[in-house]
Parts: sequence; structure tokens; C-alpha cells
Amino acid sequence: MTELTELGVARIRDGVKAGDFTALEVAEAFNANVAAAQEALNAFIVATPEKAIEAAKATDAKRAAGEELGKMGGVPIGMKDLFATFDVQTTAASHILEGFRPQYESTVSQNLWNAGAGMLGKLNLDQFAMGSSNETSYFGNVISPWRKAGSNAPLAPGGSSGGSSAAIAARLCPAATGTDTGGSIRQPAAFTGTTGIKPTYGRCSRWGVVAFASSLDQAGPMAKDTRDCAIMLEAMAGFDPKDATSLDLPVPNWEALLSADLSGKTVGIPREYRMDGMDAEIVALWDQGVAWLKDAGAKVVDISLPHTKYALPTYYIIAPAEASSNLARYDGVRYGLRDLPEGANLQDMYAATRAAGFGPEVKRRILIGTYVLSAGFYDAYYTQAQKVRTLISQDFAKAFEQCDVILAPTTPTAAFALGENVDDPLSMYLNDVFSVPASLAGLPAMSVPAGLSKDGLPLGLQIIGKAFDEQGVLNAGLALEQRAQFTAKPEKWW
Amino acid sequence: MSVDTATVAKIASLARIKVSEGELEAMVPELNGILAWVEQLGEVDTSNVEPMTAVIPNTLRLRDDVVDADPLTGGGKREAVLANAPVAEHGFYGVPKVIE
Repeated sequence: MTELTELGVARIRDGVKAGDFTALEVAEAFNANVAAAQEALNAFIVATPEKAIEAAKATDAKRAAGEELGKMGGVPIGMKDLFATFDVQTTAASHILEGFRPQYESTVSQNLWNAGAGMLGKLNLDQFAMGSSNETSYFGNVISPWRKAGSNAPLAPGGSSGGSSAAIAARLCPAATGTDTGGSIRQPAAFTGTTGIKPTYGRCSRWGVVAFASSLDQAGPMAKDTRDCAIMLEAMAGFDPKDATSLDLPVPNWEALLSADLSGKTVGIPREYRMDGMDAEIVALWDQGVAWLKDAGAKVVDISLPHTKYALPTYYIIAPAEASSNLARYDGVRYGLRDLPEGANLQDMYAATRAAGFGPEVKRRILIGTYVLSAGFYDAYYTQAQKVRTLISQDFAKAFEQCDVILAPTTPTAAFALGENVDDPLSMYLNDVFSVPASLAGLPAMSVPAGLSKDGLPLGLQIIGKAFDEQGVLNAGLALEQRAQFTAKPEKWW
Repeated sequence: MSVDTATVAKIASLARIKVSEGELEAMVPELNGILAWVEQLGEVDTSNVEPMTAVIPNTLRLRDDVVDADPLTGGGKREAVLANAPVAEHGFYGVPKVIE
């Protein structure tokens, strides 16, 4: 029998249901992998082996009683430490929330437990999901299980969902939750040879998810392949009256309707994404992707998204502005850290607590956000950015008059080394150049592993779809996946 | 537009983050780099464009006007609310004295 930790969501679910193995055996196998890799990869902030065992036993008992096991029955998963989990430390990888034990459960995680999933632990991430390399966590860097051919230099697993991507690639979990504000599911998926989808804004409830930029934040699944993502997204999504921006729509049967036949579909190739000085390997992969989608029956057309070059600067006004407002809640009064210097008054306590509790990147973004929202600058920065965001969204709407989905690279390069971009915030921000536009427009988008770089590192292709059309995105993703036949995995060194 | 040390100190004070002189010095060029970069948005003609308010069309809902409409987020949860407070006394949050 294949090692249980090599299996994905669908095969675990089906295997448990068929009685090929028990949910308990699966949970124990992944628990062992989590424990063995922790020191080397640092993918988890807290491991919860007892939670995984408890859920597995419940699934096995249900099976014995002949009951339904749920969409995720018997599947243990990793939970990004941005989701509030009842009485289990929830930190957003920050010092300011260290020790915070929520007295409630996020809607998305509750949906997953209701569907039969179990929790292996809380996954590391960039602090407050602000970062593209997982180097801003208070609890240390996540190390990618991947290494360049002939080198032992530690690589970034991507960010912010870097614990999620590293854990899946290293077989510490079959799937994990991610959140995507400007690419935080897709970029780490691309860097680690895993698959991840950010659904339409509003599909997954934000209730109980530590807020970064509320008009952009959206949860989604990360897994080994497209089918597993479809299954897990079905379990995560759904209307939630507790989130004012939740979509009041039924959850489609994405898994049942998966089809890699793209006959009658049109794929758009945005010419503005082909940038000067682009990595030749990325260009070649993109061209290969075009050929694969044609082979799947799709028609391919050139499209234009004229405001693409303004997406990143727009994002780096809107996201910090919303963050500066959202993160005002960390005040040393209600939860988390308090730093009260001798003789300090209330205002001093706020300032000392926030100075001690936030990392440098979080402070940088709060300051930028505070500045662009401040009197005298609001219109020049924030209102202008919101107007350009409208134009970016309109670009997509026009493009989708000509095509059903858009194909683009996920990232401009393969994974970079840890430390390579930390001294220059701007070069780090540029990593999100292909992922941010879809976030600004609230559109569903996924990354599928499509090949290896000359250094042996994974590269991803991105599919962007119309609002509410996760099915179209998943189907095109499946068509790519079947042709890319990506089976590479990191050689075990940890 | 660019910021100087005094402006960054003002922003930090507005954001209630204590920063040292050394941190201030380091932040000024970093923030100026980012601000100079985002300023390219100024070249986009947005004279007839409405600012984005909702990225996906949606309507705001009203919940039923009843007490504890959702028991999960309703009232009567003092202990749970205070469970993570750094200082909780007599059923309230404790803070340094604010009245002189």
C-alpha cells in the first residue's frame, strides 16, 4: 500500500469510506510527519496531534455506525494560524497575539470540522499575512522543503501562506487552509509545487479570520491537486450572516462538475503581463500553458488589461490603509500583549504595546496606511487608489466579454533564497505583480504546478476567472494539471 | 510628496506606535521609497471614475431586531469576552488611570 502521507484529500476520504484504512491510521501517520519535520521546516506554530486523533476517532466511529462521513471525512488538515480556533492559540504569527486563545471558532474552520476534517496544527505564516516569503513571522522563518539542485541554501516557501505550502509539499498534511489578500495562496503554491485557489471575494466567510485588508482578504484551500482543492473549497465556502460581505449563494458541486474538456471555452492571454526583462523560463512555461489549453479544446485570444502596471501601487495603498484601520484593535486592553512601562499612562501603554508587539513589516504598513489616510493626503492617495481599482476591475470585465478564463504566470520567478529580498521592501512587493490584479477585482484565481525551473524548482501557472465562476477556473486548472503531469516532489532532507 | 523625520514621528504617534530615533531615521528612506513608487498612480486620468466601494456587487443586510438574534455573537458572554484580557478586574477590563 502507498504510504498514507502520500495521499491527497480525495484518496483519503475515499479510502476511509471504503475501509482501506482507518482515519486514525491517517491521522497518526501525518502527526508523525509533523513532529519529525518541525525543527527543520518550522511549518507549524502549534501542533495539535490530539485534535487530529479526536476527529479521526469520531470519523471511524461514524463509519462503524454506518453514518455519513462528510466531504472531508477522515482528512486531517493544517490550519493557517490566521483562523481563530477555539481555545487553541491563534497568533497571526505575531507577538502581540502570542498566547491568545479564542473563545470562538472561525466559520471556515468550523465548516471544515463539520465536514469531518481534523486539525493537525496551526500553520506558520507571515506576520498578519503581510509578506511574500514567510520571513516576517515572530515565530521564525518557514523553510521550504525544496532546494535548488546542488545547493543547501534555505529557500522561501512563499507567503503569506508559507507554512501551508511547505507543509503540503513536505507531506506533513494533505491539504491546508490559506488566505489570499494579494496572492498569499497562489504565490506560495507556485513556489512549492502545490495547488491553491482563492475563490470569489465573499465565498468564504471572513468571520473569525484575523483581518489584514478586509476588502481583499479571502480564504481558500491549498492541496496537492485541483480535485482536492474543489472538495475542500466546497467544505469551506458558504453564506455566513456574521460576515457582512459574505455571498448569499448556494455552494456549487465543484468536484462533481469538474471537467478538463475546454471545448467551446476561450482563454485570454493578457498582453500587459508579458513584461520587459521577464524570466525566459517563465515565458516558456506560459507558452507551454497556452499549448496545453489549446490541446484541451480551448480557443486562445489576446486580451488587454491596460491598467495592469498600476495594480501593485494601488494595492500598496489600499492594503496598508485597511490594515492600519484593522490593526488599531491591538491596544493591550482586550486581548494579547500588554506593555505597561513604569508610570505610563493609557496612551503610553498603547504605543509601548504596539511597538513591542508588531514586527517591522507590520509597523511599516501601518505607518504607510496611516499616512495615506491622513488629512490632506487622503484624496491624493487613497481615493485615487480606489478609483484606479475601479479601472482595474473594469479592465477585467471588458476582457471577460471576449474570454472565459485568463491564463498567466503565477509569479515572476521561482522561489528565492531566504534573506534575498528582506532589505528591500519594494523588490519583495514586486513578487505579487501577477497575483494582485485578480485580488483587487475580487476574482477567483488559482495556481497549478506546471513545471520545474532549470534549478529544479517548481513553477506555477495561474488561471483567473469571472466572478462566481470557480468552476471555470478549476476546470482550466484541471486541464493544465493533466497535461503538465507534475509529479516532482522535494527530496527529503529534514 | 515625501516625508521627513518629523512627519514620520507624527504618523507613528497617530498610529500609537512608539519608535526610537534610530528607527525613525531608518524608516524615512523606506517610506519615501514606497511613496515615490505609489505616486505613479497620479498619472492615471480618473476624472470620470467612481472610487471602488464593493468589489463584488452585494447588498447590506439587516438582521432581525431581537436580542441575541445569533446566540454566538449575542450578549451574556462576559467571561468569554474577558478571558484573554491582560488585566481583568471585577468583570471589567483594567487599564491605567485615565482621570487625573
